Amino acid sequence: MAQQSPGSSLTSLAVIAVVIAVIAGAFAYTGGWLSSDRLSGAKLVQALTPPTGPALGHRRNHAKGICFTGQFDANSNGTALSKAEVFAAGQYPVIGRFNFSTPDPNASDATSRVRGLGLQISTPDGAVWRSAMIDPPFFPVATPDAFYALLQASSSKEPDAMKNFAAAHPEIAAFGAWAGSAPWTPSYAGDTFNGLNAFLLVDSSGATHAVRWSLKPQAELKGMSGEEFAKLGPDHLAAEITARVAAAPQRWNMVVTVADPSDPTADPSKAWPADRKSVEVGTLTVDKIQPEADGPCRDINFDPTILPDGIMVSDDPFPAARSAAYAKSFALRMSEEKNYPRGDAAKEDTQP
Amino acid sequence: MSQLSTRFPGGRFTGLQRLLHWLMAICIIAMLFIGVGMVSTIAPKYVSLVTTHKTLGIAILILAVLRIVVRLRSGTPPLPRDLPGPMRLAAKLSHYVLYALMIAMPLLGWGTVSAGGYPVKLLWGIQLPAIAPHSDTLFTLLHTAHVTLAFAFFALILLHIAAGLFHALVRKDGVFESMAR
Repeated sequence: MAQQSPGSSLTSLAVIAVVIAVIAGAFAYTGGWLSSDRLSGAKLVQALTPPTGPALGHRRNHAKGICFTGQFDANSNGTALSKAEVFAAGQYPVIGRFNFSTPDPNASDATSRVRGLGLQISTPDGAVWRSAMIDPPFFPVATPDAFYALLQASSSKEPDAMKNFAAAHPEIAAFGAWAGSAPWTPSYAGDTFNGLNAFLLVDSSGATHAVRWSLKPQAELKGMSGEEFAKLGPDHLAAEITARVAAAPQRWNMVVTVADPSDPTADPSKAWPADRKSVEVGTLTVDKIQPEADGPCRDINFDPTILPDGIMVSDDPFPAARSAAYAKSFALRMSEEKNYPRGDAAKEDTQP
Repeated sequence: MSQLSTRFPGGRFTGLQRLLHWLMAICIIAMLFIGVGMVSTIAPKYVSLVTTHKTLGIAILILAVLRIVVRLRSGTPPLPRDLPGPMRLAAKLSHYVLYALMIAMPLLGWGTVSAGGYPVKLLWGIQLPAIAPHSDTLFTLLHTAHVTLAFAFFALILLHIAAGLFHALVRKDGVFESMAR
């Protein structure tokens, strides 16, 4: 073996130590452990957690909800915009979830202004399209960072936190106006659910079209004031949709709105002008409701980046941010399965 | 097969083995960095990082299988005769664990995606079947194993690099050169 003086051995060992330290340091930097201000899915989920702690086993937001199944009947109008099989004429199975925004699965229905619909459509080619939509016509804030700041401001004890937030993010005013004036519908069946985020549809020639999508209810229901809605009871929405769907399937038209080149695609707080071209691509039929504890939606992450070929994310930064946060929420609640028992035990357990 | 060098009595790995080693070194290190990087951010690149992670993982799985087949056929150059027993044992064991992780990590990742009820969709529209049933318990088990073993894998790779450099710079016994030259 080659001979080496003790001095040069030490130098060599030092070189090795430096190499290892540099690689380990680069790894730590990449993992964000050296950047306390980097926003991760875990941080976003943490910010959604109420001071009393998370509801173990449940989604970290939109925690109160109920499963449905049904189908999507595509009418082929969407095939001019996207090559995805889901737009080709046909009937495709659906699993979904009605819900509203709250970290508390036992929250009273009237405590939340924002209702949601999680949707999964599967097609025979094996592709899956997931989407999570809400009923406001635009998102409260323009960027994921602003959403994080909103969560921090709203849970802050600083008296001026929300005022300062609104000054820095004036787009929140439009949402405030909507929340204060929009009528409350007495049923999920009467709600319009909007994807809000812009996506790119890819047609068979490879051309892309920036779009947003919405589900417009076929049921026409009279809205009411928040006070009137609160009188319907804390668990009205789940009981109501269960009874309504048992009596007759409920339907929504899926409408895809195509952006003009001048429309903002990266900012869901800005609605596009009402006269934009819109295409009705099919009908969602909800024909069965099941409680979440035992329902098929329970273990589904309605991650809006799960898309078939023919639908892509756009420059809208929200789907990526939501995907990251949903993945964290999903991993947490999957690991807490025992805290959210299935079956009859669940019904007793989740009563306040 | 292997050309014996007078300077390195241990001989060398074959050209194919060296190619596979360095190609996989790049892939696996990139993979570990992408893995910790993607979960650190909510930025738009999150989506492409996750898709790249899945695709690269399957590529590593294929390369690892190929590599083990080549290894079984071509063997390895013998370790230097004067290598102390504990180092010899560490070398042997760490390599078995490295091979096991090269196979296990992609399978655990694939299994995690499957058990989470996600479609297994890679770059270029490649769609793979699920290899595990949709199950919260299984998802948690596989996900935890995938994450925990990722850090163990990274630590072992650091050890592997340190050992390689120790052979190259301190012992100068030809072990490093058997793969590097």
